[in-house]
Amino acid sequence: MIRVIDLHKSFGFQQVLKGVNLDLETGKITTIIGGSGSGKTVLLKHLNALILPDRGSVLVDGVDITKIGESALNNIRQKFGVLFQGAALLDSMTIYDNVAFPLREKTKLSEDEIRRKVEQQLNHVGLQGAGYKYPDEVSGGMKKRAGLARALVMEPEIVLFDEPTTGLDPLLGKSIHQLIRKMHGAFGFTGVIVSHDIPEVFKISDRVAMLANGVIAEIGATQEFLVSQNPIARQFIRGETEGPLTVL
Amino acid sequence: MLLFLLSAFAWVFRPPTRFRLIIENIRSIGVDSLSVVLLSGAFTGMVLGLQGYYSLRKFNAESFLGSAVALSLLRELGPVLSAFMVTGRTGSAMAAEIGSMKVTEQIDALYSMAINPIQYLVSPRIIAGLVSMPLLTAIFDVVGIYGAYLIGVGLLGVSSGSYFAGMQSSVVFHDVWSGMLKSVSFGLIITWVCCYKGFHALPRATGVGQATTESVVLCFVLILIWDYFMTSVML
Repeated sequence: MIRVIDLHKSFGFQQVLKGVNLDLETGKITTIIGGSGSGKTVLLKHLNALILPDRGSVLVDGVDITKIGESALNNIRQKFGVLFQGAALLDSMTIYDNVAFPLREKTKLSEDEIRRKVEQQLNHVGLQGAGYKYPDEVSGGMKKRAGLARALVMEPEIVLFDEPTTGLDPLLGKSIHQLIRKMHGAFGFTGVIVSHDIPEVFKISDRVAMLANGVIAEIGATQEFLVSQNPIARQFIRGETEGPLTVL
Repeated sequence: MLLFLLSAFAWVFRPPTRFRLIIENIRSIGVDSLSVVLLSGAFTGMVLGLQGYYSLRKFNAESFLGSAVALSLLRELGPVLSAFMVTGRTGSAMAAEIGSMKVTEQIDALYSMAINPIQYLVSPRIIAGLVSMPLLTAIFDVVGIYGAYLIGVGLLGVSSGSYFAGMQSSVVFHDVWSGMLKSVSFGLIITWVCCYKGFHALPRATGVGQATTESVVLCFVLILIWDYFMTSVML
């Protein structure tokens, strides 16, 4: 269970988060939507302390990760897998080595066991046979798949997805969504997705939260969210330029 | 910036020790800079031979060419110029590589995998810089001495015996040692500054370029300033 309490974050004079409160249910996929620049990625990066807040707390299984030391934080971080927006594969390594990297660094598994796990993950994401390639030799979709394999190889309890379909064509985007749903079925992780791929992302979400003006403007189960009477949520889902959200 | 350096040193002594990364970085800093160090060492020595010969000839002191060349290279030119070469060849690449990792969230990815990027990226580079720089400087010195020999003895007719005898009589261990000490400190400056600048590259299109430029300029300036202070202390 992740609980975000009264989270505030500013960059210079720009106040991005103005008191975010959010509960992320264990085993469910929660999608955070919101306009470009609304602070979705900033919020996501607070969840495993890649960014620290100016004020407020992030509780992971009851531990406030904003107030713990590096060693304790690293123990918490091992519960997480992260799929970054650009996949963030280490470009000095092949795809195979990228996926094997957390296993080599954080476990005492033999190379044979690591090979078995990595090949299994690469099969899961449809990258069998592509492990020898470097990140700059593969397409954006393959990078995302490799990033997903790396995020899941340690079988984390929580997986964060930062705009997993941005920059992909609709078919590839759909296949990434299906893959996330399939992997969620296989591993049962708690998923947090930041996306504005609407309405596609709703198909894989159990819950949806809308971030607007630095706070959570609306949250609920996906079906409830889709019929929400909240004017901000309605305007965003319908893609209307007129309404409480300022477009330009 | 000082905290960054202290943190990098602290991580050197915390497990796991990353020998493989240290060796890889020694290859990157040392072996990959070898050609440029050889070339610049040879031509620096050759120009020293040429200038030294015509300057010394005014005083009928051509026989001092060997000692003049050796002392200039061992004390000053070897450490400083090889540090400049390594800054241009490897330091800039280091800043660009780490800057690019920052901009493309690879450093965040390391944090998220509970791997400290300073331990993974910076500490091995600093150790490699400390090891590689004195070796490269020694190579620069030797090549430079033979470059000057080629011009002074081979082309301009200075006696080979007086070239090496002058060198032998005037160079003491302190000259070699002070040059090596300088090169170690320059290795630290280059890796420290370039890693720091890369690590703090701004996440925008011009961020990596700016970090690279700043790292090279700052390295050059710091090397010259630090060289002055070290020379004044060790004279």
